[in-house]
Amino acid sequence: MSSPNYDYLDGNAAAGELSKVFAVDITTAAGRCAECGTTKCLAEAHLYMHGPGLVARCPACEHVLLRLVNVREHMFLDVRGMTYLRLDTSRSEEGS
Amino acid sequence: MWRVGTVVALHDETPTARTITLQVADWPRHVAGQHADVRLTASDGYSAVRSYSIASAPNAEGRVELTVERLPDGEVSPYLTQELAVGDRVELRGPIGGWFVWRSQQTEPIQLIAGGSGIVPLMAMIRSRASASSSALFRLLYSVREPGGVFYRDELQAISDGVDSVTITYAYTRAAPRDWPRPPGRIDASFIAETTWSSKLIPTCYVCGPTSFVESTAALLVACGNRPDKIRTERFGPTGGRR
Repeated sequence: MSSPNYDYLDGNAAAGELSKVFAVDITTAAGRCAECGTTKCLAEAHLYMHGPGLVARCPACEHVLLRLVNVREHMFLDVRGMTYLRLDTSRSEEGS
Repeated sequence: MWRVGTVVALHDETPTARTITLQVADWPRHVAGQHADVRLTASDGYSAVRSYSIASAPNAEGRVELTVERLPDGEVSPYLTQELAVGDRVELRGPIGGWFVWRSQQTEPIQLIAGGSGIVPLMAMIRSRASASSSALFRLLYSVREPGGVFYRDELQAISDGVDSVTITYAYTRAAPRDWPRPPGRIDASFIAETTWSSKLIPTCYVCGPTSFVESTAALLVACGNRPDKIRTERFGPTGGRR
């Protein structure tokens, strides 16, 4: 899927919302796309924020990597689009 | 975690953009390039959150400067740029993001490329370089519609004139100053090749602006031989601003 409308941001724009869930900034973690195998920093994902939640897509193949949706008092987090997240724990004191 | 910031100064950068200086108790020291979320809550409980890049250099005093561009159909930016007054309080979350950052320990050449209000996090990097007395080689390519749209004009001029300076190139897309050597227009491959660091120096490139600007500029940098893994981007979305 191409994005001729340029209606996405970078994954780093999701860092604030994700900080409600994770103790460290996971936008600096490398995530492996479950579809094409591309492994890139989550900050480099294409982020769509105009739906009811956040959707991060693989910058190489546009496969959905992560979805985060708030429904009343619940937050739904779906990360099945990634086979893993690799976190750098050496800077965990910064930017949280 | 939300903290309360008190507005201590306001400064208009352009007719549509304002720098808001906030004093925030217990604000963690940020890194140049990070952003902060701002939350406004109405008396009926309705709240809106927007993300803005931090313009100030990292400091230990809990001082945070945000430069906000007013968007005509914005929900938050008209309030922040027109209604907010010194002494008012807003809620802040952050600092946020560990990817689009420059740390003073970095010694490689740095190429900054801004489209419009994308200058804000790059200004934090330029200010951080100065406050850390870093001698890292910095170049800034600043694409802006017209001369009146330049943020931080006097400060950038002083930095450009100083010793151990940052080399600054302006690219005007709609209207250029009189006698400007290049007609107004978008940045193209030859302009990138002429005004940015040679890819042989393996610079780290930071590109910030509207999504279409970032897409085209990052592609031009790669076409000029820069490694994709040395290009970091921050996109502001299709409208060139954060709502």
